[in-house]
Amino acid sequence: MRLWKIPDQVIRLAVLIVIALAVLIVVRLRFIPDSFGEIGHYRTDALKEQAALTLHYAGMQACIECHDDIGEMKAASYHRNLSCEGCHGPAFKHVDDPGEFSPAVAAGRIMCVRCHGYLASRPTGFPQIIEAIHNPVEPCTACHDPHDPTPPEVPEDCSACHAEIARTKAVSHHWSLSCETCHEASPEHRQSPRSFLPKKPTERAFCGQCHGNGSSSRESAPQIDLNEHGGRYLCWQCHYPHHPEGR
Amino acid sequence: MSKDLKRREFLARFIQLPCAAMVFGAVGTGDNKAAAEGPYRAEDHLYAMGIQVDRCIGCGLCAEACKNENNVLKEPYFFRTWIERYSIMMDGEAEVDSPRGGIGGFPPLEEGSEVMRSFFVPKLCNQCDKPPCVQVCPVGATFKTEDGVILVDESYCIGCRYCVQACPYGARYIDPRTLTADKCTFCYQRITKGLLPACVEVCPTQTRVFGELGTRSSPLHRMKRQSSIQVLKPAMNTEPKVLYSDLDGEVR
Repeated sequence: MRLWKIPDQVIRLAVLIVIALAVLIVVRLRFIPDSFGEIGHYRTDALKEQAALTLHYAGMQACIECHDDIGEMKAASYHRNLSCEGCHGPAFKHVDDPGEFSPAVAAGRIMCVRCHGYLASRPTGFPQIIEAIHNPVEPCTACHDPHDPTPPEVPEDCSACHAEIARTKAVSHHWSLSCETCHEASPEHRQSPRSFLPKKPTERAFCGQCHGNGSSSRESAPQIDLNEHGGRYLCWQCHYPHHPEGR
Repeated sequence: MSKDLKRREFLARFIQLPCAAMVFGAVGTGDNKAAAEGPYRAEDHLYAMGIQVDRCIGCGLCAEACKNENNVLKEPYFFRTWIERYSIMMDGEAEVDSPRGGIGGFPPLEEGSEVMRSFFVPKLCNQCDKPPCVQVCPVGATFKTEDGVILVDESYCIGCRYCVQACPYGARYIDPRTLTADKCTFCYQRITKGLLPACVEVCPTQTRVFGELGTRSSPLHRMKRQSSIQVLKPAMNTEPKVLYSDLDGEVR
């Protein structure tokens, strides 16, 4: 019989293990939140809570469902990729209840200048104005329709196709030069542009007409010694003629 | 009845039958489509964002929309996304500024500063595939979901700030209202409903592109095909899911 007696220390150890297990189970039940660890080491309900947060922006599709006329006009304009709520602010409430809540209307110049005011850091070619000299005080909407912001004037000959270059040149020190100053284009270039290419300057002496020492240009044009400045490089390998001070 | 069926009626039914079949068929496929879309299944998605740096005009609409959409505090210390302006000086030094995170636009560059080149870089949580913030969280309050988004469980976070320190991109902050960590969620409440994140929705120049990795028919895949793609701090081995195109080497 003595053989079958369980030693005291084993009994004590077993009691301790049972208590430890009980504590572990109670602690797990008490402290581990519901739905923890179902997918990973986190609460699955946290995903549902995140997904159930209130929306504030309805998205352009929701706007166009009612305002289809404006949507159509905008879709054919330079602003086709702009979201309505970029200018008008969050409008989910308006979609929910159009009578109760109206989104803001961007008036004045602040909203437009935020994108179209001149900043040197903006990508070259993005249409920009210098606010202080571009019809000051006048609200932008006096001349431009934000839903179809085509410039109110018919573009001049060259800029009709080379708009990006024209815009870049317009904010550069070369803004006052006409395209013909450097490019000689035959009238046929307009009918078949690739067959009748306009001429480009080919040598340093061309730029030297204005920028060479002793040339009879305006004082504001910087002048250099053609023989010493720039070595064997052509002017436009360092200076972009449409935006000479640009990067 | 069938005996009384006249030729005229028979022909009329003959025409009606295929029409009805078409209508019901269309309804049927509609139902199937809805069932296929059905409840949102996270495991079917893997989200990522592309940022075409050379398009950013620094208007700050994204940072503003983010605050509106996600109820981020308006004070200029709390951002889920923000825009930085890099100015590389003539001596090669890079200067970075981000007034109010870019909200309201940027002031002109300082008069007379010797800037060689300058550009804007939108920043946000990089939703890393190997997120250091998740590794350090002692309670499992921040985690990577099956669709690849890193989220914070607000009710479970103890506000210990380990994750804020661990993030190499400075994308996290402590919300003083709840004293819990907060960060970009790719607007989880929007993307699970098939909408774009608020910053992508309002971006006027398509600098921000949102889509799925592994889906060939997404704008993101198009961007990956057409540009050279970099990520921020690749040496940290975090494998970000925010991809930058044409990123300048000075950007950190």
